[in-house]
Amino acid sequence: MMAFLTALALGAGYNTALVTIGAAILGGSAGAIGTFVLLRKRSLVSDAVSHGTLPGLALAFILMALLTGDGRNIVALMVGAAFSAALGLFCVEWITRRTRLTEDAAIGAVLSVFFGFGIVLLTVIQSLQTGGQAGIAGYLLGSTAGMLRSEAETIAVAALATGAAIFVLRRPFTLVCFDEGYAATRGIDVRLTDLAMMGVLLAVTVIGLKVAGLVLIVALTIIPPVTARFWTDRPERMVLIAAAFGAAAGYVGAAISASDRGLPTGAVIVLTAAAFFAVSLVLSPVRGLMSGLATRLRFQRRVHERQGLLALARGEAIYDPLTIKVLRRAGHIRADGVATLEGRAAAAAAVREEALWGLYRRLHPDEAGALDHQGLAPIATALPPDVVADLAARLEPADTGVR
Amino acid sequence: MSTPTLIADNGRTLGESHPDSPLAVNGLTVSYGEKPVLFSIDFVVPKGAMVAIVGPNGAGKSTLIKAALGIVPRIAGEVTVFGAPYEKARHRIAYVPQRASVDWDFPATVRDVVLMGLYREIGFLRFAGRRHRERALACLERVGMAAFADRQIGQLSGGQQQRVFLARALAQEADLYVMDEPFAGVDAATERAIIAVLKELNGAGKTIVCVHHDLATVPDYFDHVLLVNVRKIADGPVATTFTSHNLQATYGGRLAAAHVEEVAVGREAAGEGR
Repeated sequence: MMAFLTALALGAGYNTALVTIGAAILGGSAGAIGTFVLLRKRSLVSDAVSHGTLPGLALAFILMALLTGDGRNIVALMVGAAFSAALGLFCVEWITRRTRLTEDAAIGAVLSVFFGFGIVLLTVIQSLQTGGQAGIAGYLLGSTAGMLRSEAETIAVAALATGAAIFVLRRPFTLVCFDEGYAATRGIDVRLTDLAMMGVLLAVTVIGLKVAGLVLIVALTIIPPVTARFWTDRPERMVLIAAAFGAAAGYVGAAISASDRGLPTGAVIVLTAAAFFAVSLVLSPVRGLMSGLATRLRFQRRVHERQGLLALARGEAIYDPLTIKVLRRAGHIRADGVATLEGRAAAAAAVREEALWGLYRRLHPDEAGALDHQGLAPIATALPPDVVADLAARLEPADTGVR
Repeated sequence: MSTPTLIADNGRTLGESHPDSPLAVNGLTVSYGEKPVLFSIDFVVPKGAMVAIVGPNGAGKSTLIKAALGIVPRIAGEVTVFGAPYEKARHRIAYVPQRASVDWDFPATVRDVVLMGLYREIGFLRFAGRRHRERALACLERVGMAAFADRQIGQLSGGQQQRVFLARALAQEADLYVMDEPFAGVDAATERAIIAVLKELNGAGKTIVCVHHDLATVPDYFDHVLLVNVRKIADGPVATTFTSHNLQATYGGRLAAAHVEEVAVGREAAGEGR
């Protein structure tokens, strides 16, 4: 035992690299499986899984303490945690299926009961006459400081295995998340796929307990996927980006925690992941706040350009300074306000666009409402060619000049 | 009952009785609790037919195809596909679900959705290659959506989304296309585009089965009809089965008699024209 502790003290610096790499792989796997769980709209389940680990964790600790004198056997703790989390998951499924309770209510009930039972067991552990009680506390908030080399290796290898499982199952996962009915017709067993998804989630949670802590590991399966959604509209890329954010959060969290004994890893991981989220929220090119602002400005200019061109076509004077600026920038009018040759052509084109969109809105009001650009995009890029041809054929020459 | 019933008998299995039928169901029953949604449906889809499944709201039309395709559990009944058990022949079926069945905010582009149709070909470990992407694009071309390949699916209108679903079905290169309300909530131009593709498929020998809600277009679009209201009311060629008598029996008081008359008269007028 003393040899172990000596090795631990001496090896702490040496193991840091291994621990951080393990935490990064774990964060990657958590982000990847979290993406599928999010797309399956079952993110809350990961909360039930993580809290459900506590009774099993404590029971395994007690059992090992009685058998060997030290409860801190990571494999035994993982197995115990996995068993009780699986039981918790089963309870959630059973309650949802057999009663009128919805899944979120079932999750809330199971989560609190399991966690409460686990806390009671922790009190029991505190009264045991055995070493290593402090070790169990690391599983609550996560701690990589003073992690054994064997523990770090176990975590890294197991996390890698879950990553491989996610890679192999990514297509059935995607299909089931998108449309389980269609997935079933392609020969995918939906129940089995869901079971595999929950199984991987459970595995990642259990593996990550020591690193991130059971209270906060849920952050690793939820925040990176949500962050990734800001950066892509494609499923496989979202999984990869979420894995990258998760890996980065895991890496930073573990590195900081390993270098300073006072900081719980879980907290640092959550804060890192949240920082990525905040940055993405502002900067994302697709859905971020900045791009939203830019889109609004662009849209405003497009509205002014369209209105200006229509006014040109009608031969009306333009007074709005922004409209004049936009038209002048685009070369539609000269400095003295007279339309250029290009401007007149653009005005005619705008009138035709407007007429086609107007016709489309009249013929298919519901469809037009569903298109969010509301008729300012060139119609040929917004509607299928046969629809555009149909509109053009219906548009009588007499219509063109009329607003 | 004037309608022909095609039930497997003489001790033969359903598949042996109808080796050529793309889809044969026998005694299909689905229930939620003790309330039957569908009761003992016998139905044989003739090869190469264009079949409309028609009935009032809540009559179990969608449930019928979902149960036949194993999406919804059935409490009784047998299903064969091209004479084989469904599990063995499901790759010959392309299913087009209702548009409302998915969350269109899902992170997928038009191309991603069509590539789902190539799920079997791509396999578990490989990524979609150039060949798969080109095939997906060719399918999109057929429904007029090639220019939209890289757009997120939530940015499309209803009709465009329906076209994408059809393109995904085309990618499967199936022999039987089972579609749930493909014309619900789509614009007239899209409806024409879809029916053109379906007729083209049908001309190439493929069988089409559609849950359909617009009685007025049944005679134009389909040659075979199944009238359902929990139980089967009638099935057979449109010319002999799609009668005001059968429609009245299907819809009961829910369909104004005048509407039935109108549809039936319209059909007869169209029939005389041919």
